Amino acid sequence: MVMTAPVSEATVRDVLATVHDPEIPNISIVDLGIVERVAVTANAIEVELLPTFVGCPALEVIEASVVEALAPLGRPANVSFTWRVPGTSERISETGRARLAASGFAPPAEPSDVRCPYCQSALVAMDSAFGPTQCRSLFYCRDCRQPFEAFKPI
Amino acid sequence: MTLTTAAALDPAVRDALGGLLLSMADDEFVSGFTDSEWTGIAPILEEDVAISSIAQDELGHARALYELLASVLDDGRDADAIAHDREPDAYRHARLLDHARGDWADTIARRFLYELADEARVGSIGRGYAPLADLVEKLRREERYHRMHLVAWINRLAGGGDDARSRLEAALDAVSADASTVFTPLDGEDVLLREGVLTRRMAAAEAAWRADLTGILVPLGLPLPSAGGAPADGRSGHSDAFRWLRDQFTMVRATEAGATW
Repeated sequence: MVMTAPVSEATVRDVLATVHDPEIPNISIVDLGIVERVAVTANAIEVELLPTFVGCPALEVIEASVVEALAPLGRPANVSFTWRVPGTSERISETGRARLAASGFAPPAEPSDVRCPYCQSALVAMDSAFGPTQCRSLFYCRDCRQPFEAFKPI
Repeated sequence: MTLTTAAALDPAVRDALGGLLLSMADDEFVSGFTDSEWTGIAPILEEDVAISSIAQDELGHARALYELLASVLDDGRDADAIAHDREPDAYRHARLLDHARGDWADTIARRFLYELADEARVGSIGRGYAPLADLVEKLRREERYHRMHLVAWINRLAGGGDDARSRLEAALDAVSADASTVFTPLDGEDVLLREGVLTRRMAAAEAAWRADLTGILVPLGLPLPSAGGAPADGRSGHSDAFRWLRDQFTMVRATEAGATW
């Protein structure tokens, strides 16, 4: 018989903090604010996630990454997605916002409050509300003359 | 009272809720697929990205609605089976969305009318069935970007010179008679109102939509869609254009049984 060591919710959250966004490797799903609920039962670990966009194609990749990361804890992880709480961009942590900026993405803000992630200039223009993924918009900085992407406030 | 799970539904509520979910899911599905027909060939690069992103949103909304429908019906079919394994006549999208993609003006006219209609419909969903109310709360946050985009295009084409304006006017005329079909009366509307799944009738949502349209189209001197209410058969009897599209979006599934999203 295999004995499984006790697993605390805090341990699970620590592990989830090592699971990164598939496209932005320096931000974790915890900092993105998409981890809603963690529960440890006798036989399983339950993780409830909040999609940033309903049709986000990265959800299955994130689910697989969570299952893989939690595997060493010795019990299967059941990952589900929920709308019970709306996933909003306000859930991104301060650390998460700083890490987005460090990766060249302006953190979510109304268009008039968006700053260039490279030079912090406010002299920016939105080229298009729609970008290469559902969660991002296209901007241009007129100071440092760089195109950049901003996360949509949602 | 709020119903929180599909298991708690009595048959009359289940049927009525299933009809509402199917109409919403099919609308988003067909609209999303038609939008995706522009991927690679939209008028400018930014628009190619935008319409493709909107298509991805709508197909995602359709998937979430089909999944909810699958849990309500509980008849052994999953979201993929409901989305793909039906004969063309079993789809319940509004006739407004039965039109072929057409040119850019046709697309903007049809999508603008649908986007605002969807907003009025989504604004008619109450807390009666919690899983739907929760999903709708999330969908509304995404749809506001679509509205901004389509209203911007209506303004641009209306003021964009003779060719753009005359094409837009012709495009609005071409779908004028079908625009209100998004508000085709639902079977079991009384039940949905009683349970708080809906907060108003489709006819009341249509009136709100018409007021919304008036505020945008009239100042631009553009025609409003035909008045007179949605026809009872506004979600049946589909066009050849839809049959072609359905062949496209069921192609993978038809080639490989059991293929998933």
